[in-house]
Amino acid sequence: MDTNLVRQVLGQKVQFIHGDMACVYGALLAGCNFFAGYPITPATEVAEGMSELLPKLGGRYIQMEDEIASMGAIIGASWTGAKAMTSTSGPGFSLMQENIGYAVMSEAPCVIVNVQRSGPSTGQPTLPAQGDMMQARWGTHGDHEIIMLYPYSVQEALEMTITAFNLAEKYRTPVLLFIDAELGHMQEKVVIPEDDEFEVCYRQTVTVSKEEYQAFRPGNNAHPDRLVPEFAPFGSGYRTYVTGLTHNEAGLPRTNSPEIHDRMIRRLCEKILANRADMTFFKESYADDCDIALVAYGITARACEDAVAEARERGIKVGMLRLITIWPFPEDLIQQWARKVRLMVVPEMNLGQMIHPIREAVAGQCRVVPLNKIGGEVHTPGEILEGMVRAIEREREREPAAA
Amino acid sequence: MIKDAETLRNKYLRDAMFPTIFCDGCGIGNVLQYTLWAIDNLGLDMDRTVFVSGIGCSSRLPGYIKADGLHTTHGRALAFATGVKVANPDLTVIVFTGDGDCAGIGGNHFIHAIRRNIDITVIAVNNFTYGMTGGQVAPTTPIGSITTTTPYGSAEPPFDMSEMAKVIGAPYVARWPVTYPYQPIKSIEAGVQKRGFAFVELFAPCPTAYGRRNKLRNIEQAWQWYRDHVILLDDYERIQRFGSAEEKRSLVGKLKIGVFQDVEKRSFTDALEEQIASLRVDKPEPERQAA
Ligand SMILES: Cc1ncc(C[n+]2csc(CCOP(=O)(O)OP(=O)(O)O)c2C)c(N)n1
Ligand code: SF4
Repeated sequence: MDTNLVRQVLGQKVQFIHGDMACVYGALLAGCNFFAGYPITPATEVAEGMSELLPKLGGRYIQMEDEIASMGAIIGASWTGAKAMTSTSGPGFSLMQENIGYAVMSEAPCVIVNVQRSGPSTGQPTLPAQGDMMQARWGTHGDHEIIMLYPYSVQEALEMTITAFNLAEKYRTPVLLFIDAELGHMQEKVVIPEDDEFEVCYRQTVTVSKEEYQAFRPGNNAHPDRLVPEFAPFGSGYRTYVTGLTHNEAGLPRTNSPEIHDRMIRRLCEKILANRADMTFFKESYADDCDIALVAYGITARACEDAVAEARERGIKVGMLRLITIWPFPEDLIQQWARKVRLMVVPEMNLGQMIHPIREAVAGQCRVVPLNKIGGEVHTPGEILEGMVRAIEREREREPAAA
Repeated sequence: MIKDAETLRNKYLRDAMFPTIFCDGCGIGNVLQYTLWAIDNLGLDMDRTVFVSGIGCSSRLPGYIKADGLHTTHGRALAFATGVKVANPDLTVIVFTGDGDCAGIGGNHFIHAIRRNIDITVIAVNNFTYGMTGGQVAPTTPIGSITTTTPYGSAEPPFDMSEMAKVIGAPYVARWPVTYPYQPIKSIEAGVQKRGFAFVELFAPCPTAYGRRNKLRNIEQAWQWYRDHVILLDDYERIQRFGSAEEKRSLVGKLKIGVFQDVEKRSFTDALEEQIASLRVDKPEPERQAA
């Protein structure tokens, strides 16, 4: 899609829009030309924005009968070569899980936006929560890796949606883009980037002849070491057979061979894990001058920024690590931080989800303290500061002998 | 012009996929053969035809055909097919589905694909059971049948997929047992040519999972069962209107076959493309190219 045309349709370079719309803008700039979805608060505005803007750019929008169908439709579209996206929130995200696994298995690039709301079940439909962090990782059955990005501002939502598409295309895998309900409906300034300010990636198209073509053979003649296969869209004459069954490199079902299954699943995981450097995004502050760390993500990190400023004024040496890439989990980064601080405080809008991989990475090198809040309200900076101070005090009480 | 099985196989099927997973006497093979005949008669460009399916024995069919194929998740073939067709309306999309896949787990997609009138052809293999999982009761199982999950006979009334498709408004609906060799081919041809949703339901025996428990294991018995239990739509209607009381009683438990509907209706894909053409800010591409 011609980005100048996209900019023309989006309008002024600087605008006030909400987080949901920022995902729409990002998707269009990334070349998204297919959207299928189903209405759900607080993600409906993504679908509404797409339904308005996509046709103007020659793209196709369809409202499906449910989220299972939406997920199926974007995979079908992806196999014709489209850059496809859907959006949803908790209940719909649950429904999408089986087909997300199909996208992993069939290596269909696509982007799923989840505007997180409170659950389980219908929960608090309009209110924010961060309860889907583990569902994102393990929601679909079977061994797999997943990429998930979690921007914290409207501008970042726009930029990270572009990145989500790029990663989906490069690694031929579904990419999850999470924002908080709070951000979805929050209006902020965005600056629409110029072409030289962002990259647009496309899946590697087929370079071999039809005779030589093996739909799921990783790499190509020039780059045999690549872990991602080349792509021939439906209708191109390459006649690809795609199945969610374990398949050989030709794409044909081979369900009884332990070796083929093992090799295939390990490759699907490895194509992501071996490229962590390309997909790990984060922001740090006072990283080299702190003995306490706040580790946060999404909207919670905004409250943390204020808490850090206030704490530093009070002489507390706190630094902050904001995770933008949630999965694959940036273990090395957490380990680096664990080596330099004595206390890690992890505020989350759930009863403790990301604290688990954090603790696993920290492996006892420092104390890790959760700061959980549920009920539909974002932590205030005061609550974070207070929680942090309490954790520091408890820490002192625990370690008088060591001091 | 109808070609022999050998010629069709060489022309359309993937060698590496043989032998098939199908049991002896399974009707799915007939469905494949009729489909290939229809395709050959139409001269369909197999580079531009995509076969989509869900999960089940019948949904394995795309794997055998040398064409683009999307073997998806159980019940969701129509959702995936919708994505394929909407994203690239120039492709011909043919869906293979089972009765469980289509009317059970996929029932909602079935209803809505018809309501939209998306331009695809659905070939539904109705074997009255969940074959792949070993013969459980399906939404289409005739009342009283013994299945692994209705060991005392099914008490549920079955679902009539073709009647349903007709009522929701599919522009082309036809149903035949595979024991009729000619009509299924003509109906698949008509379905593929129809601009809009075409539904071709084919009764096909499953001797292994269904037949075995219902005195239809022997293929001769199975074929005879169809002969005894189907009635042409015209005959059915004639008896309904003018038949004697005895003739009317004979209709009980009979399955109607024939062309249920054949009308012209604007397809969703055409409507959507027209709308997009009027809205897009640039000029439409002159001709979409094969990539
Ligand atoms: C979500 C889900 N539920 C259940 C199954 C198990 N399953 C596989 S095939 C099948 C039934 C298939 O029956 P039908 O669609 O009638 O096809 P047939 O095998 O009879 O051709 C079921 C229940 C599955 N694969 N996925
Ligand atoms: S189980 Fe039934 S439907 Fe499946 S291949 Fe065997 S005969 Fe055919």
